[in-house]
Amino acid sequence: MEAWRLALSSSIRGKLISAGYTSLSSISSVSSSDLARDANITEDEAFEILKLANQSSGSNSCNGNRSLINGAKNAWDMLHEEESLPRITTSCSDLDNILGGGISCRDVTEIGGVPGIGKTQIGIQLSVNVQIPREFGGLGGKAIYIDTEGSFMVERALQIAEACVEDMEEYTGYMHKHFKANQVQMKPKDILENIFYFRVCSYTEQIALVNHLDKFISENKDVKVVIVDSITFHFRQDFDDLVQRTRVLSEMALKFMKLAKKFSLAVVLLNQVTTKYTEGSFQLALALGDSWSHSCTNRVILYWNGDERYAYIDKSPSLPSASASYTVTSRGLRNSSSSSKRVKMM
Amino acid sequence: MANKLIGEMGLHTKISNIFAARNIITAKDALSMPEFELMELIDVGMKETKSAVALISEATSPPCQSARSLLERKVENEHLSGHLPTHLKGLDETLCGGIPCGVLTELVGPPGIGKSQFCMKLALSASFPAAYGGLDGRVVYIDVESKFSSRRVIEMGLESFPEVFHLKGMAQEMAGRILVLRPTSLANFTESIQELKDSILQNQVKLLVIDSMTALLSGENKQGAQRQHQLGWHISFLKSLAEFSRIPIVVTNQVRSQNRDETSQYSFQATLKDGLQEHTKTYDSHLVAALGINWAHAVTIRLVLEAKSGQRIIKVAKSPMSPPLAFPFHITSAGISLLSDKGTELKGPGINTIHARGHSDMINFHGECS
Repeated sequence: MEAWRLALSSSIRGKLISAGYTSLSSISSVSSSDLARDANITEDEAFEILKLANQSSGSNSCNGNRSLINGAKNAWDMLHEEESLPRITTSCSDLDNILGGGISCRDVTEIGGVPGIGKTQIGIQLSVNVQIPREFGGLGGKAIYIDTEGSFMVERALQIAEACVEDMEEYTGYMHKHFKANQVQMKPKDILENIFYFRVCSYTEQIALVNHLDKFISENKDVKVVIVDSITFHFRQDFDDLVQRTRVLSEMALKFMKLAKKFSLAVVLLNQVTTKYTEGSFQLALALGDSWSHSCTNRVILYWNGDERYAYIDKSPSLPSASASYTVTSRGLRNSSSSSKRVKMM
Repeated sequence: MANKLIGEMGLHTKISNIFAARNIITAKDALSMPEFELMELIDVGMKETKSAVALISEATSPPCQSARSLLERKVENEHLSGHLPTHLKGLDETLCGGIPCGVLTELVGPPGIGKSQFCMKLALSASFPAAYGGLDGRVVYIDVESKFSSRRVIEMGLESFPEVFHLKGMAQEMAGRILVLRPTSLANFTESIQELKDSILQNQVKLLVIDSMTALLSGENKQGAQRQHQLGWHISFLKSLAEFSRIPIVVTNQVRSQNRDETSQYSFQATLKDGLQEHTKTYDSHLVAALGINWAHAVTIRLVLEAKSGQRIIKVAKSPMSPPLAFPFHITSAGISLLSDKGTELKGPGINTIHARGHSDMINFHGECS
């Protein structure tokens, strides 16, 4: 690896290279005081450089017995981890089935669709469902709702929260013999209390908030889902330089992925659509461009099929492409087939 | 928030000076580029850059509120829980009280269907005192196509709220609260709304009506991307104006015919075997809302007015808190009134389609019943 790849400020890097240290091996074999003298930098800076150089070249000289590469896990261990990952239900069992049980934590999922298809509805439903207590098969967590368009209608969230509590009470009554005869502790207003709402008015605020989330979530460890509604709005109209936009968006996607992995939470990004001219005709596609489509791990597209709303798994590392129908009712998201009257809880 | 000055954020003096020297004055300048690029620009180590960015981000982030406090604030502060009643019972019920405050509501439909009539009625009811279901404030009515008729407004007032209007001087006061603007160009309009933003609160403006948005934009010469960019700016501005001042903004939109090339499918739909909808539907009288898909995403509530087999219908095509209902209506001397308060639920994308069949004989509204 070359020395110019190290994450250093350009002037220090320049001094290093002009002093003749162009490769990592040359740096690692020298002491910090020699390096400081040769490159005309302070001892502290030299020490920093050596530390960086050692990190990048890996510790393959010592530690032969442990993992080959620092931080790697083998696939078998990961399988066990993946299977025990909690998932957030969407309250629509057909949709949960194609999602492998629900929206997975530790992953970034992008959901996009035309206006009016139900993106905000899914967002609100998830921010309520993440709070379903563990006794009912949920995560018992809190939600962060980042609203960039002002589409979060708190009255609707209250409606969905009330329906959720009613369903839980009905379930308790049904499973009465397995539980102690206590009422469901949660009330709809409590559910609303656990949704942390941020209203973002420009892309600068959006970027600032994403940077700040690390600290916020460290102070609120029970946040289990971050919903951004929508990721597109400010980037679509206010950003003139499209190339820079792509870079900023990729960095943002990476930050979301880090957040998801670090705190084991689900990140749900809602996206809008645009029309694209491909293969000789105009087609619908999710907004923000082709480079963005690579950034998210999972991608779900909501669309109309005849008179019904459908969700399609467009991109997923482990789930097959499939579609399922859903409806939006006054109680929230539900199955479209009238056969399942009771919402599946566990 | 984006224009917050870095100099006032309490950064270490050394870094603060470097930022200033590189002309990075506001939070927007610092955050508009990836961290690596920023590091290159200010020539400082990665760790220091990251901590500076973290500090700037924390200072620029919007505040956090719980959804519960949002609800409580809404109920407390906003009159009528943040809705402007339309006095159409079925519609008000569906919309949980009426046209919501703080967001954009769109009325779209073919010409002559009744959009301006609806707007005039809304302007009137907003000017009423609270006791009569109004917002007790001024109304700014941006009338691009000269469709506002004060005579018609007074007529509507006399017919629908006789107990108020016949009181002495009431008609004058109510009509006096509606300020009509006739912008001559988009630039003129832009100037006016920017001016409005500053004075909206102290002048007690409680409703903004723009009739119609399409006419404003169609008068401009720019095409394609430039036009989208212009529209984009207006969208952001209107949305932030609505939210910041907590007033409802009602915008009317026109229709255009659907191109042959236009499709409403994704690339994967061509390969999906199950339930493939026949693509070549009938194209007669098939209209779509103007202003594009970006605009359609930006409005929070979309009310579609259409005419089908001689019957006028108002549909709640997009609303986060209502089912897709359609109500038949007609226009009388008292303005718009619903023929049935119980709407029919329209499942599927049909709620979004706009019909104009059997419509030509309905342009004249005076004294007509259907």
